[in-house]
Amino acid sequence: MNMDRRNFIKSGALVAGGLLISFTIPGANKMAAMGEVATSAGLPFSPNAFLKIGTDNSITVLLSHVEMGQGIWTTLPMLLAEELDVDLNQIIVKHGGADEAFNHPVYGIQITGGSTTTWSEFDRYRNAGATARILLTQVAAKRTGVAIENCKTENGTVTAGGKKFTYGELAADAALLPVPEKVTLRSKDNWKYIGKSVKRLDAGVKTNGKAIFGMDIQFPGLLTAVVAHSPVFGGKVKSFNATEAKAIKGVRQVVQIPTGVAVIADNYYAAQQGKRALRVTWVNGSAVGISTTKQTAAYKKLAASNGLTVQKQGNASDGLSKSTKVLKAEYVFPYLAHAPMEPLNCTVKIENGKCEIWTGTQLPGVEQAAAAKILGFAPENITINVPFLGGGFGRRATPTADFVSEAVHIAKASGKPVKMVWSREDDIKGGYFRPFVVHNVTAGLDIKGRPVAWNHNIASQSIMKGAANVLGELKDSIDDTTVEGVKGSPYFTSIPDHFIGLHNTEEAIPVLWFRSVGHTHTAYVMETMMDEVAHNAGRDPVEYRRGFFKEHPRHLAALNLVAEKGNWKKALPTGHFKGVAVAEAFGSYVATIAEVSILNGQVKVHKIDCAIDCGLAVNPEGVKAQVESGIIFGLTMALYGEITIEDGKLQQNNFYDYKIARIHETPEINVYIVESDGKMGGVGECAVPPTAPAIANAIFAATGKRIYNLPLMNHKL
Amino acid sequence: MMIKKLNNMISRKSMILIAFVSITAYVIANSFSNKTYMPIKIEQIGNSTSVQQKKDSITSVKAYMKVHAVLQHPRCMNCHPSGDIPLQGEDSHLHAMLPKRGVDGKGLYAMKCNSCHQPTNTPGLHTPPGNPNWHLPPADMKMVFQGKSPSELAKQLLNPATNNHKNHEQLIEHVSHDKLVIGGWNPGEGRELPPGTHKEFVENFKTWLATGAYIPSEKIKADKK
Amino acid sequence: MRKQQLFTYYIITKVSFVNNNYYMITLKVNEKAYEIDASIDMPLLWALRDLVGLTGTKFGCGVAQCGACTVHLDGEAVRSCVTKVERAVGKNITTIEGLSLDNDHPLQKAWLEFDVPQCGYCQSGQIMSAAVLLRENPSPTDQDIDDAMAGNICRCGTYPRIRAAIHQAAKTLKNK
Repeated sequence: MNMDRRNFIKSGALVAGGLLISFTIPGANKMAAMGEVATSAGLPFSPNAFLKIGTDNSITVLLSHVEMGQGIWTTLPMLLAEELDVDLNQIIVKHGGADEAFNHPVYGIQITGGSTTTWSEFDRYRNAGATARILLTQVAAKRTGVAIENCKTENGTVTAGGKKFTYGELAADAALLPVPEKVTLRSKDNWKYIGKSVKRLDAGVKTNGKAIFGMDIQFPGLLTAVVAHSPVFGGKVKSFNATEAKAIKGVRQVVQIPTGVAVIADNYYAAQQGKRALRVTWVNGSAVGISTTKQTAAYKKLAASNGLTVQKQGNASDGLSKSTKVLKAEYVFPYLAHAPMEPLNCTVKIENGKCEIWTGTQLPGVEQAAAAKILGFAPENITINVPFLGGGFGRRATPTADFVSEAVHIAKASGKPVKMVWSREDDIKGGYFRPFVVHNVTAGLDIKGRPVAWNHNIASQSIMKGAANVLGELKDSIDDTTVEGVKGSPYFTSIPDHFIGLHNTEEAIPVLWFRSVGHTHTAYVMETMMDEVAHNAGRDPVEYRRGFFKEHPRHLAALNLVAEKGNWKKALPTGHFKGVAVAEAFGSYVATIAEVSILNGQVKVHKIDCAIDCGLAVNPEGVKAQVESGIIFGLTMALYGEITIEDGKLQQNNFYDYKIARIHETPEINVYIVESDGKMGGVGECAVPPTAPAIANAIFAATGKRIYNLPLMNHKL
Repeated sequence: MMIKKLNNMISRKSMILIAFVSITAYVIANSFSNKTYMPIKIEQIGNSTSVQQKKDSITSVKAYMKVHAVLQHPRCMNCHPSGDIPLQGEDSHLHAMLPKRGVDGKGLYAMKCNSCHQPTNTPGLHTPPGNPNWHLPPADMKMVFQGKSPSELAKQLLNPATNNHKNHEQLIEHVSHDKLVIGGWNPGEGRELPPGTHKEFVENFKTWLATGAYIPSEKIKADKK
Repeated sequence: MRKQQLFTYYIITKVSFVNNNYYMITLKVNEKAYEIDASIDMPLLWALRDLVGLTGTKFGCGVAQCGACTVHLDGEAVRSCVTKVERAVGKNITTIEGLSLDNDHPLQKAWLEFDVPQCGYCQSGQIMSAAVLLRENPSPTDQDIDDAMAGNICRCGTYPRIRAAIHQAAKTLKNK
């Protein structure tokens, strides 16, 4: 993050008049079709911009990232408004399309993910705002003859001498000025928006039905397509008979595509009816024979041996042989489906050698490239429109562009504009899951019960391997998204002899990042193991962890805050028990205390207290909302999350057998933000990891049972 | 078009007629549901197929046990839960999303039975089964089947204070014609049927009453299904 | 109310005798009449979204599990994904678009005050369910909220805020 991004800022004028601020990619020799850009200050422009100020005083922010619930629709404009001196609520917010101009400042591709948006754009958006403000001020100064330092900006206006100009009045002239070499950003004590809780800018349209999601795209002539997929994952069509399907009123066309057979109809109901009437014979894919039972046994066997070295210090096996006591544990985690509330969908219109796509995606550029390849078009002839995302959690960031490709194939094969809509069953059975993972841990304790040796092996499919086209090839076959959270765990600082190993497995079921990715299982293993270690030492789990965090002040700060606010020491009502867990994920530090009771062999989670150190909280209320969200996501994962496979057939179907926590299962949640000057971290995912282990540790406190495989619904407590 | 035409076809007169017929039906129906229990003679139960039968405790209890097996089947028991939340599935687990009985047995607020349960079965697996008047027994007459032994349930069925004030004839009327009872044998795709046919169930019910309405001994346990 | 039911029932019975299930059907949505050419078996959800063109009501599961498709029929919440169009004929259908004139239903206001939506996809259904709760119980307890709202799934986990917003809306209504 030490790039000087000022240099990449460009300005220009809108055709309709007004100022446009954009970023270009250094080194990219891209003379983009100017689109709405008429003139420039002699610099190449990307057709898209971060900020447009119209002569009508309209202020438009085009987001380089997409809104899927995490709140960047509000946070990014806050950053801009802070420096631009405009009323946040006056800003018109839009998603940018697919364009290099919107590439992630760190990842270098256009992506929303990894809980990175706010911290990675913290400078860029502020710079864009500041640059515009300076240009506008320069115009005002020039017009009035007032020295620039005596001009004042406020709420979309510049006051120079006795005169007041709106930004709109200045915008056209500002576009003709060269971009200043230096902009000074406001200091923290002058912030008006940053660090203060701001209401979501998208809440209005999300309470009156007006928000447009991919599912809501409609235009004359648009047909709906549904797809019959193979019951055995990845199977191909051998033959099909569409006679009955086509006899259904409203069904227009039935086409074969690489992933199945698509029924195209006037509306979703007719298309679904058609799909039911369709007769398809399938050729089973390589997923035949995969079963959860076999997979469990195979992965357990793998993880029982040392894999590729991930992290190593001293000699773990020597250390273990010298230990007074050895704790052994084998953990099993199932495949998990993201199940965003908006089923996956994609609208495609191909016309005159151009293709327009509307879809909720975290990877617009990847979708664009995939469509271009399928159609044989140049990428610039593919327009990607990104409406609101009805949840993402990683599922809408598929490096293989799975669902968008499917829709493009349907549009191509049928020659019709189509909106492909997946049913909930298509979604749950659609693959791209959080991987099935087994951990094998042996911890050696000394006479005082301190861990002195640790041997830890993980068996899992690699997520990054399937994302090589997006994020590059893996180094040394070590996929950080499998081992993150074990690798670099603060506990290893105090464990002299340790080994962390990895077994990469291959399966015909594709895997994908799932909210908090590797931390979904690594935090569970580390935090339940450390709880076990603490218990063996006869120590209080909070106090015991503190001992490991001497060199990890941010872990400690989060733990201390939650222990204090959550009254860790306070006695609980009869039958209630507490558990704690701490995790670092995506640069944020989170400590969670869960309070549970056991009723009829099932856990009831009453309360969750959570403290987070994410560095600067740009929108504290937004941070709290994300932490709550992560906790409930973690609760679902802990209680119910499980996709199982029998002979290549995915067993779950819909919310009746792939359950999501509901309001009555939601505990009281209290979120505390650590006052911190630490480096900014992400907040969209980090609250997920400690949730399940905190609950499991509370279950241990209640029952004396350690849970080594999730979900909890499979255990009679 | 059809509906529009129909809209016009239904004149004020026919509306009044419909209202009149329904009110009459309502009055007639109410006149049957006596609030006080009037013991009736066995002979009065008879219909064309069931001649008056001798009191016979063995036959009666045997018939009851078949009735009992039906009533304890998930298709019947799931809506006669011991708590205020209906049950679901062949394992009679608590209904997902925990809908509540409500005063009238028809649910609460945005989770009334007919918020999801339609007049007819919804096509497909794991979709809500339908019935025009889907409900649980009301709060003041819960008629719990769940967890009841044969003797407990038989007593409950015969006692007007716990069977919604029904005499034998009305009980037979209920098990023969109530749409929810019949619906047990049309439970929607993928669901098990209760043992035997509805007709057999009604016959067993009649036999139980006609042969003396004997209550099984407290020692008799229901067959595990 | 009773008259209305009889009226509807009569129409549907007659219609059902006809083999072809497609009709010109008049749906009264948000006080406005819409003529659609549809099968009476079509789920109301798809009639509203694909034929009437009101997309505020969402498809989430198709089997009455998630509540994203909740609308009102004569004021009562139904899951429109399993409710056939025939059940809605002659009834007043209210969707999220018609809950208030200017996003100013006490629930919508409270939703904004508590920053409830995240991805926002489920919120139409959440609000439509909550509206029935408040009408029938102006002072709901947490238990009452569970009893009304457990049929609506939110994958973003906005439940604590939904709860707070319902309490707030109840307060607003009381002070009116």
